[in-house]
Amino acid sequence: MSHAEDHEGTRRDFLYYATAGAGAVAAGAAIWPLVNQMNPSADVQALSSIRVDVSGVETGTQLTVKWRGKPVFIRRRTQEEVDKAKEVDPATLPDSNARNANLTGDSMATDENRATAPEGAEGLAAEEWLVMMGVCTHLGCVPLGESGDFGGWFCPCHGSHYDTAGRIRKGPAPENLPIPLAAFDGESEIILG
Amino acid sequence: MAGIPHDHYEPKSGPEKWVHSRLPVIGLLYDTIMIPTPKNLNWMWIWGIILTFCLVMQIVTGIVLVMHYTPHVDMAFASVEHIMRDVNGGFMLRYLHANGASLFFLAVYLHIFRGLYYGSYKAPREITWIIGMIIYLLMMATGFMGYVLPWGQMSFWGATVITGLFGAIPWIGESLQVWLLGGPAVDNATLNRFFSLHYLLPFVIAGLVAVHIWAFHSTGNNNPTGVEVRRTSKEDAAKDTLPFWPYFVLKDLFALAVILAVFFAIVGFMPNYLGHPDNYIEANPLATPAHIVPEWYFLPFYAILRAFTADVWLVQFLHWLTGGIIDAKFFGVLAMFGAIAVMALVPWLDTSRTRSGRYRPMFKWWFALLALDFVILMWVGAQTPTNLTGWISLIAAAYWFGYFLVILPLLGVIEKPTTPPATIEDDFEAHYGSKSHPAE
Repeated sequence: MSHAEDHEGTRRDFLYYATAGAGAVAAGAAIWPLVNQMNPSADVQALSSIRVDVSGVETGTQLTVKWRGKPVFIRRRTQEEVDKAKEVDPATLPDSNARNANLTGDSMATDENRATAPEGAEGLAAEEWLVMMGVCTHLGCVPLGESGDFGGWFCPCHGSHYDTAGRIRKGPAPENLPIPLAAFDGESEIILG
Repeated sequence: MAGIPHDHYEPKSGPEKWVHSRLPVIGLLYDTIMIPTPKNLNWMWIWGIILTFCLVMQIVTGIVLVMHYTPHVDMAFASVEHIMRDVNGGFMLRYLHANGASLFFLAVYLHIFRGLYYGSYKAPREITWIIGMIIYLLMMATGFMGYVLPWGQMSFWGATVITGLFGAIPWIGESLQVWLLGGPAVDNATLNRFFSLHYLLPFVIAGLVAVHIWAFHSTGNNNPTGVEVRRTSKEDAAKDTLPFWPYFVLKDLFALAVILAVFFAIVGFMPNYLGHPDNYIEANPLATPAHIVPEWYFLPFYAILRAFTADVWLVQFLHWLTGGIIDAKFFGVLAMFGAIAVMALVPWLDTSRTRSGRYRPMFKWWFALLALDFVILMWVGAQTPTNLTGWISLIAAAYWFGYFLVILPLLGVIEKPTTPPATIEDDFEAHYGSKSHPAE
């Protein structure tokens, strides 16, 4: 620098900083659109809510629908499966959180907090429906139904076992299968999202 | 420039002088191709040429495949079948490209383990090593994205699992994953960007290869003794070396011919041996194949990813220590990338001053165990998870880290190396010279 002795700001120093600052802003402004173009586009975002007719789902069977590019399991559980899920104390589970987007974040992973019910339903009808993402919380594979050590779902990728309420019981997955925003509209239609 | 002393290019004719004074490109090529090379290099020094050949082959076959491929979820799978059935010689081009990736990785692993045994990573070749590790990472990214393009079941689910790794990063993971995929799940946006990057990265690799070569042309090649070429004078250097052209070029081309004979036998007679039948089923986001396996060249690191489950005490300890930020999933991801990171840091982890493993009696055995460990990890990475494979992968993963983080630093202190020959010339004479044939 020609002004090594001069510790006070000069006009030249100011011009250096101003130029460098303008350059940094211009570079940032140029990079942001290049980064942002990789975020979900408008048509992808538009498909965020769908309606599903579940009138044809018999007890003990499961409907798999594609929502936001991912499978959603809609299972109409048997009494046996519900009982089995209720036997467990949620506090002893690897993940004791309900992971239910319809409830508050600190809800316990009880079977009631996992099930989705039509308005005013009672008995088995109030607890038989299990609506959850069919995406393993480990690395995103689709678990297989009616399998695994707990009679629920089993992920073939890395061996995670989920119980009949979709809660993680064994294996590398850290969380229960998440329950998406879902609500019954009448008795036979579910709105996802 | 501080290279090995040797004769440089001198333009003689008028036109040569005319070009040289304007752009010394002939001189650059001459010095590159005539570089003095240690004359005791063994057959493990052929992989660089094999790798260069692979890169060129992948770029050339890739460019022509793109002339027939369609990067769209509705058409990608069909366009690959179109290449296989309709395009003239298309099946051959695709099989060359797909199996070429396997040859590429086979060569890079032998190249890396060559470096690990003969201490090629040690001073002053750390930058060569680091550039090589970056190339290796880019190769993995390129190979992974290329495997997604045919849009088969393994393509789709492999992409889902691997991009899921980024989702494991605390706080920013989920938005990062959505950003990488261009949506909530692997879909058309993902396929398109992978196609774009799969085309781009090989050229980045080519640029880095040039830097890799530049770096070791400045330091000179390592060699099996780890003894440096004498730089005291041009005459001394000439006793330790031979010019790369024609001596090593012809040796390397011979090796390439042998390897290509095997390669073309595989491409011609068993082109799908290394692939997975599931990838001939079109991608279906609603059904995961029963058994997701990465390509063979990713298996060792995949095994490390799977090794650290929530019941491992180290995972539980870190989970507790970080207040839950590091869970089993994130730990697995850290371990997988960490396995490559420790390898990249080996120039600073290995404390021994003896470069070549040939003169390190204890190191030899630990190194052999590391090579075996790599094969075991590769095997276990392909198995369906059970209790037994869980233990095997945990022990094998632990050895991988133990080798780099504990054994190498300690060996430099404990081990008493034998004495390497004083010069490369001595080593060469002992093996091939007149002194070794007294009966003559």
